[in-house]
Amino acid sequence: MRSFLILLGLAALVTLAPASARAQDYVLTIKDHKFTPEDIKVPANQRVAITVINEDATAEEFESKILKVEKIIAGKSKGVVRIGPLKPGRYPFVGEFHEATAKGVVIAE
Amino acid sequence: MLGALIIVFREVIEAGLIIGIVMAATRGVFGRGRWINIGVGCGVLGAAIVALFAGAISQAFEGAGQELFNAAVLGIAVVMLMWHNAWMARHGREIATEMQSIGTAVSEGAKPLTALAIVVGLAVLREGSEVVLFLYGIFASGTSGSALLIGGLLGIVAGAAFTGLTYIGLVAIPTRHIFTVTTWLIALLAAGMAAQSVQFLNNAGFAEVLGRTVWDTSWILSDGSIMGRLLHTLIGYTERPTELQLIVYIATLFAMFLLMRLARTSPPKPIPAVAE
Repeated sequence: MRSFLILLGLAALVTLAPASARAQDYVLTIKDHKFTPEDIKVPANQRVAITVINEDATAEEFESKILKVEKIIAGKSKGVVRIGPLKPGRYPFVGEFHEATAKGVVIAE
Repeated sequence: MLGALIIVFREVIEAGLIIGIVMAATRGVFGRGRWINIGVGCGVLGAAIVALFAGAISQAFEGAGQELFNAAVLGIAVVMLMWHNAWMARHGREIATEMQSIGTAVSEGAKPLTALAIVVGLAVLREGSEVVLFLYGIFASGTSGSALLIGGLLGIVAGAAFTGLTYIGLVAIPTRHIFTVTTWLIALLAAGMAAQSVQFLNNAGFAEVLGRTVWDTSWILSDGSIMGRLLHTLIGYTERPTELQLIVYIATLFAMFLLMRLARTSPPKPIPAVAE
């Protein structure tokens, strides 16, 4: 059990640093309760960090059940969403607070 | 307006289910109303504070602050639920007997109420901060928001009514069974929370192991549906659990029942009985 925990801790340490380094690569912007781009391509089978920039004054919740992400991005703020490794495919997400307009798809390939 | 009602309602029912279960689990315990009120009150206050600092929390720990915060909140709730069940395993029988024989309040219940008040507070805090941010967003968007705001407030009322229904449904269970039922509900609640907590850690960039999906039941019951959300809170249902989530879920249940067994069998009196 202890060695498992140590392994877990090491794995966390090793993976945390590159994850934040990759964060710059993928960017989603929320403006007027819409995502730009609406389709975002990411590599399949690896961890990906997407920076979500909210240019609106009010908060949005980036939500995708299929990606297992629920994250509030405060108004005039940004947040990092870590996903994957994903099999190739399409993974829709929404801004839960404005589901009618804030929609998008992560495309893993 | 309906959209706002639904969004708020589905956040509120998640906390509402937990409150309903806690109320049923503490039925007949002296002063439980006050404790639950304190829990809800602190939760609402905490939700407002969390909403106010949402940006700062999010930016903390290299952008993983919110995930770590959620993971910690869920982790604490799991520990509190374990503590409660262990305590009940030890004292539940006395309380149940007393409740049946006297039919009045039981004062020994004071101890686990702190734990459950914390659970209630954390549930309200987590779901409430989303409601606050959502309603504030509507409010800030100006005059056109008033219908939405009414929708949101109705969502809170509907959520509270749902809490009441949960409670009424649970207390309809005969007294001699209610502790068994609430013990199981709390155990499953805790296991679901633990699995959710480990997913938040994963989202934060920690615990990035055993990430493969074990099964996909989204075609039967989607996480996004109201039923899916209810079962998510209640038993930790998720349409695509990862290996790690499943392991943590089972481990939590196992730990819970082990702890209860230890609490039950360890001698309650200072002078232990002679070993057989």
